[in-house]
Amino acid sequence: MSKSKFVYVTYIAAKPEQIWKALLDAQFTRQYWGHDNVSDWKPGSAWEHRANDDAHTLKLVGKVVESTPPRRLELTWASPADAADTARHSRVTFELAAIEDMTRLTVTHDELDAEMLRGITEGWPRVLSSLKSLLETGRPLPTWAQKAA
Amino acid sequence: MLDTVLDKVFKALGDPSRRQLLDRLHADNGQTLGELCAHLDMTRQAVTQHLGVLEAANLVVTSWRGREKLHFLNPVPLHEIYERWIRKFERQRLRALHDLKKRLEGDGDE
Repeated sequence: MSKSKFVYVTYIAAKPEQIWKALLDAQFTRQYWGHDNVSDWKPGSAWEHRANDDAHTLKLVGKVVESTPPRRLELTWASPADAADTARHSRVTFELAAIEDMTRLTVTHDELDAEMLRGITEGWPRVLSSLKSLLETGRPLPTWAQKAA
Repeated sequence: MLDTVLDKVFKALGDPSRRQLLDRLHADNGQTLGELCAHLDMTRQAVTQHLGVLEAANLVVTSWRGREKLHFLNPVPLHEIYERWIRKFERQRLRALHDLKKRLEGDGDE
């Protein structure tokens, strides 16, 4: 069975550098995503997606494939149970391009199997809308925090 | 979302053929123009024009696979409409009304 791919695009009234920081810095991701993204963000390094709860629960793992600030970040993306099984890792690519006074943020999620697909199809639009809201208005959307609760 | 962007989204959605194209992509994401045309009773030219309007509204985005241009449904603007216009009007009550309407009208059509 062929694996699925999704492409999400949003335009955010912010500079690519601000969005880059907002994608990687746990201080930001906690606000609009309800999770921390943890890594040194060097190619080849591991990265972790941890819930912003007391146990700091590990939700996703992967490796940094490419990191070219503030233009392109490519990560592998897997549930912790599949950490050792790289055949089940999906791939997420963030691409940022300045367009006039905005930035076009493209998130491509591919190499997806059916299980991961279910998890992301609802997730990305909410994450990206919340990121946009935080950067443009200073307020993230409340949906994510409510969903996690 | 800026109003000019919203205008484009609503205008793009205000056409049954374009909504049908979005439904096709929702059913099977990442299709070529040829694949989309095969399932629709529209000329290739009409499909191309409708895709152009949907792309301008950021509801469809394209990505290349070798020499093939694939079309993807981009749900982010729809989510922004949902946040702006729907969520604040109390989802639970809307759902109850929607369920009631479905029961009374006796069909399972969304």
